[in-house]
Amino acid sequence: MRDLAPKEPPTPSPMPSLAKPFCNHLKALSLLIGGLGNLGFSSHPIAEPLAIKEVANGVYVHQGSHLLPNPQNHGEIANIGFVVGNHCVAVIDTGGSQEQGQRLKAAITTTTEVPICYVINTHVHPDHIYGNRAFKSPGVEFVGHYRLAAAMAMRAPYYLVQAKDQLGLTLNAEDFVPPDLEVRDTLDLDLGGRTLHLIAHPKAHTDNDLSIFDTASETLWLGDLLFMGHVPVIDGSLLGWLKTIDQLPSITAKRVIPGHGPITALWPLALAGEKRYLESLAHDIRAAQKANKTIEQAMNEIGQEHRADWQLFDDFHRRNIASGFAELEWEDPSPEPPMKNPGRSNP
Amino acid sequence: MKTLIIRILLTLTLLTLSGLPLLAQAEGEDESQWTSHLKNQFFGDRPISEDHEAIEITAPYRAEDPALVPIQITSKFPQTGTQFIKKVTVIIDHNPTPFSASFEFTLESGKADIATRMRVNAYTYIRAIAETNDGKLHMAKAFVKASGGCSAPIGADSEDAKARFGKMKFKFDQDKPTLGSANPVQLLISHPNITGMQMDQISRIIQPAHYVTDVKVSFDGKPVLTVKGDIALSTDPNFRFYFAPEKAGELHVDIKDNLGQQFSANQSVNP
Ligand SMILES: [Zn+2]
Repeated sequence: MRDLAPKEPPTPSPMPSLAKPFCNHLKALSLLIGGLGNLGFSSHPIAEPLAIKEVANGVYVHQGSHLLPNPQNHGEIANIGFVVGNHCVAVIDTGGSQEQGQRLKAAITTTTEVPICYVINTHVHPDHIYGNRAFKSPGVEFVGHYRLAAAMAMRAPYYLVQAKDQLGLTLNAEDFVPPDLEVRDTLDLDLGGRTLHLIAHPKAHTDNDLSIFDTASETLWLGDLLFMGHVPVIDGSLLGWLKTIDQLPSITAKRVIPGHGPITALWPLALAGEKRYLESLAHDIRAAQKANKTIEQAMNEIGQEHRADWQLFDDFHRRNIASGFAELEWEDPSPEPPMKNPGRSNP
Repeated sequence: MKTLIIRILLTLTLLTLSGLPLLAQAEGEDESQWTSHLKNQFFGDRPISEDHEAIEITAPYRAEDPALVPIQITSKFPQTGTQFIKKVTVIIDHNPTPFSASFEFTLESGKADIATRMRVNAYTYIRAIAETNDGKLHMAKAFVKASGGCSAPIGADSEDAKARFGKMKFKFDQDKPTLGSANPVQLLISHPNITGMQMDQISRIIQPAHYVTDVKVSFDGKPVLTVKGDIALSTDPNFRFYFAPEKAGELHVDIKDNLGQQFSANQSVNP
């Protein structure tokens, strides 16, 4: 269907035949190249490769950290990575800054000679898309949810100011690279020897969440549809997210990669913590509304028992209540109790 | 290629140099917008006292969700013939549109309290300026730090909300109101309240500003609360206020948005 021919055809790809032993070896070493020292070596004319781990054959992940975005970490906090096929590499999320994007790119070129064909953004949040610009070049197609471009456009004016004030990054419109390929329902990307199956989800973590399933390794990449360790952040719909969480286990996978948390986790067990938290939130908000509590009361009172379970709880829990509260106010009232038989008069 | 490395290093240095002072500056409680022009723009040379005699304002110091910051304005006295609050204006200094809303009250309001939810774009003062029946202006203010999280103070034009667009409902704390005293009531309006602010070159989909400009609540034909709104009101504008019924009657609300769309709703009140 589409011309997937790389701009520079890879001279005998190292992946197919050599891949296994080579990659296993790499896995053991985990490709940890740390420190800023390498920047000084001008013999290596690229940014210092980001530390990555191969979690399955050809599936590489950089582990983020449970930190609030700040001028020191430039918002480089999410799990990001890439999948290597025989003909194509697909990048999955590009990181919190152009610099992190460059380092991810360096990690890719250090790992494989297979060219990058696709850059997939799991959703609009800055820690997942600000590295996009580093990958912009002829032959690279950006892929996202069909609502991603609109979300980028609407958030950009605010995000630009935030990036300057709170991340220490100077960005402009060019840093928001909207998708060339928009996913409305599903889309398959053929990387050569493996296919990525993309699903565009209805409103959940955001209104533009995309999940990626790698058929070859049966790895499910969930972006921020899955938080582990880092408290879940609702920026879409509490009820929508819960619905998605109920449907996701129908995907059979060997492992899952969360947007924040370990680089790989057991599937679908990994969903349990997030589900428990969001369900309890919905339950408590409904109860508060039934008791005529205000949004301020709800924000102060609900869900404190979850504090020990999550990092960054104090930074995001109150906002989760506020956004859930505003959403549930418009929830269709639970069905009325059965009416008394209208044909008979009441005693 | 060596230049690239130099550029990266240079960028890093510049960022460390420029980023931190900027942050420090942003955190300062800045009055300059207000003193240099906002005060004059909205109130001319009328004196405004920060005397805490008429109203207090409550807002979270950290606005965890900049799209939804609960703000409460509480009056210091009930609405009586001798002393009452005519109008409260809310100004958010560092929002793109500082005028956020104004609320007009009457004796039928019973008490000139208002609670609502607003968008807050930056580290900023939120000011409430009350005009009392003697024509004096009283100001209360709260400093709010918009959080550096991932959300943005935008409106959502979600598909599920389209079905209930324009729908309104009143909610009461008690089943029956108490006659002759101020009763709390909440008005919920389903409206996207889209700011219209976006970076057009990123997307072909342009969402024009679409927000509620006028809300008029009356009880038995007498005004209780009149709101002038702007893009600072959060999606699904929500107001908690008081009304003081003397007898059974009907609460009525008319709203209008910037595109001229109008909606109304009724709620009978039976003590
Ligand atoms: Zn996210």
